[in-house]
Amino acid sequence: MHLNSKVPEGSLEKKWQNYQLKSQLINPANKKKLSVIVVGSGLSGAGAAATLAELGYDIKCFCYQDSARRAHSVAAQGGINAAKNYQHDGDSVYRMFYDTLKGGDFRSREANTYRLAELSAPLIDHFVQQGVPFAREYGGTLVNRSFGGVQVQRTFYARGQTGQQLLLASYSQLYKMIHAKKVQMFPRSEMIDLVVINGKAKGIIVRNLVTGKLERYAADAVVLATGGYSRVFRLSTLAIGCNGSALWKAHKKGAFFAAPSFTQIHPTALPQSSDAQSKLTLMSESLRNDGRIWVPKQKEDSRKPKDIPEEERDYYLERRYPSFGNLAPRDIASRAAKERIDAGFGVGRLKNAVYLDFKHAIEKFGLETIKDRYGNLFNMYKKITGIDAYTTPMLISPAAHFSMGGLWVDYELMTTIPGLYAVGECNFSDHGANRLGANSLLQASVDGYFILPNTINNYLADEIKADSPTTDHPEFNKAEKEAQTHIDKILSINGTKTVDHFHRELGKIMWQECAMSRTKEGLEKAIEQIKTLKDDFWNDVKVTGNQNEMNTELEKAYRLADFIELGILMCTDALQRDESCGAHFREEFQTDEGEALRVDETYSYVSAWEYNKGEFNLHKEHLEFEFVKPTVRSYK
Amino acid sequence: MKVTFKIWRQENPNAKGDFKSYEVDGLTEDMSFLEALDQLNEELVLKDEKVIAYEYDCREGICGQCGVFIDGRAHGPHANITTCQLHMRSFEDGQTITVEPWRAKAFPIIKDLVVDRSAFDRIIESGAYISSKTGTAPEANSIPIPKEIADKAMDAAACIGCGACVASCKNSSAMLFTSAKINHLNSLPQGKAESSNRLNQMTYQMDLEGFGNCTNTGACEIECPEGISIKNIAEMNAAWMKQKLFG
Ligand code: SF4
Ligand code: FES
Repeated sequence: MHLNSKVPEGSLEKKWQNYQLKSQLINPANKKKLSVIVVGSGLSGAGAAATLAELGYDIKCFCYQDSARRAHSVAAQGGINAAKNYQHDGDSVYRMFYDTLKGGDFRSREANTYRLAELSAPLIDHFVQQGVPFAREYGGTLVNRSFGGVQVQRTFYARGQTGQQLLLASYSQLYKMIHAKKVQMFPRSEMIDLVVINGKAKGIIVRNLVTGKLERYAADAVVLATGGYSRVFRLSTLAIGCNGSALWKAHKKGAFFAAPSFTQIHPTALPQSSDAQSKLTLMSESLRNDGRIWVPKQKEDSRKPKDIPEEERDYYLERRYPSFGNLAPRDIASRAAKERIDAGFGVGRLKNAVYLDFKHAIEKFGLETIKDRYGNLFNMYKKITGIDAYTTPMLISPAAHFSMGGLWVDYELMTTIPGLYAVGECNFSDHGANRLGANSLLQASVDGYFILPNTINNYLADEIKADSPTTDHPEFNKAEKEAQTHIDKILSINGTKTVDHFHRELGKIMWQECAMSRTKEGLEKAIEQIKTLKDDFWNDVKVTGNQNEMNTELEKAYRLADFIELGILMCTDALQRDESCGAHFREEFQTDEGEALRVDETYSYVSAWEYNKGEFNLHKEHLEFEFVKPTVRSYK
Repeated sequence: MKVTFKIWRQENPNAKGDFKSYEVDGLTEDMSFLEALDQLNEELVLKDEKVIAYEYDCREGICGQCGVFIDGRAHGPHANITTCQLHMRSFEDGQTITVEPWRAKAFPIIKDLVVDRSAFDRIIESGAYISSKTGTAPEANSIPIPKEIADKAMDAAACIGCGACVASCKNSSAMLFTSAKINHLNSLPQGKAESSNRLNQMTYQMDLEGFGNCTNTGACEIECPEGISIKNIAEMNAAWMKQKLFG
């Protein structure tokens, strides 16, 4: 199958405009007759659902949480980028595009990345109008700060709760449309399978998480907005309920999965403290604006941080990357931390952390300023660890975070299944092999609010004439029956090990072999180990309770069953890429200085995997760099 | 460390619930309270029993989905944190810890410790938005908002919708939640045009849902994980009075 990216003609600046000029429009009377299912209610899902409803479509929106307001976009702390150039520091759409493309190590599509930057400025206008209380100067204008991987200040923020404020704005907008009876909301409802009729996405099977019953919903198009899948590592910065199941079901029904192994490991999370731990809390990257990262120069130094004199501290990011210093991109900062920790310089009780120190910033700007900038983050740190970071440096450590990979989508955000779209973190589009800080809220919002509502019409225009699908179609029967069999099977195993046991095992394998650094040998071993784990799961897992009730254990079990299979694909993907790029670091491919060694001649493509009865076939979308010449990505 | 959890079990909304005691051993002080419950659930599975239903998602204090009554206090023994931010170091070895769901008429129990807080969503739905469509916004800096006003709006907007204010109020009042949202939007220039409608609709919906009145006991402010100030309620009442008097 030829992957057609559908990138429009013209110069970079003209592409999006050209696309919109040529795409088909639908008159308001006809929009009412068209229905769209949106799965997920985070920034991209709620943004898409609200905006499509405003345009007149008939919308159904689903989320597994008790309310749309819980979606994990809520947890993004640091901010959202936009090329407003308010700080008069030389920013522009083109510079933002270039930073993002370079940040992704030249493994994303130029046209998509440019569009992301292009639509960033109107997005800030949008959120301000929706009542987001962004940080302001005394005079009333908007404030910006810098973030990793860039040298201008283009990040907008609302204290350390930017994601929360953006999500609540989109949640409000969504509920406005629910009130207007244009959106039907289904909370506590989880997509269990996708229904494809004559090759087109026409509906979903849902499990009602309160009654446990399976339900059917049909529509003219389906939009997945289900977020990232880093819970495959079990310990991650994600919410516990985040899962990859909707993506995985779509993948098994024909949607190609792109670059599944591109996973961002965030450099500044709180370190793991025990085996029972369920999640790793993120400390916003914005802290690296003012905090300095260091470890002792001496191995296994057991002195208190304040007793270690300046000259015995190794500010390793400033040392290795003098021009970006503590603001080096995430993949680089994480790897550098891992390098120091592995070499025996780690600090903290389990020697698995590095220091993030605010002493100099407090001396320079005063305590009040630092409190104003990061107060709630310091509070959060204190609540979790019991430690006051105004007087003692924070302990931080890398943690699995963002999925750059996801369902392959074209310029219209449509997957390889016609009528199935993927927006936000669950698609692979703009970030390449590494995402820049504060670009995630941006991409989720731009996808949902601005792009999808202007591309879905191009598909739906042709669906007006088609009969609207109904849930008594044989494909619905089939999908529901398959889902039922799957659940019955899980409940019938009645083995000896808990779901969490298997999740911990999967997490260990993935973290060991498919996280910050990877090797051919390790990945091959991991694939075998996961296959064994899969067999073991299907023979020995134990889930109590029934299907037809609220059963949180059953939910965990079917999500994990999909994570296990996804884990195999992630390792397979990492194995085929004999190069290092961005977050994908293969130990065999590095420079003498230990930096990533990209192999553009062979690997300048997006891997897109087709599911084939338990095997995966590789397709390649070659990346054309028409406007920018890929260079060695240096932050030195 | 070893503790005894005394936990409310209730099969479904109509079933009669009751407390059941569970001893859990091998906990550490660094474990979060929810991780201790996770461990208990794993033990229950291995004993062929049904797991306890309780809610959470982010486990970092921001989504608002977690929330139980612990030894008679919403979100446990400390002020201003969420249940997921509570750690076992806050309890003594050998302690008995009583865990109950939020109790309020407007928050019916679904199962065990899980309650239905959709009443909050309906309050939001009744008016907590600015009626501008996507694509209609003016340039962001065209309407300056002084820092103090933006900061104040942010203070009110920080609410995570957990419901602890309702659960800790003897009248089960939702005034803290509702007033915070109203003040967030009404204090911003963008929200001004619809301010009186918002105030009326949201308070009307709040009454309709069966939340009680506020008698200024102040328990909500203490248990609120975001420290939303009770001044929000006074401010909302003042706006309401002003509207009544001057239209
Ligand atoms: S006001 Fe506070 S206690 Fe009440 S719902 Fe909001 S965050 Fe929770
Ligand atoms: S689980 Fe999200 S606030 Fe506690």
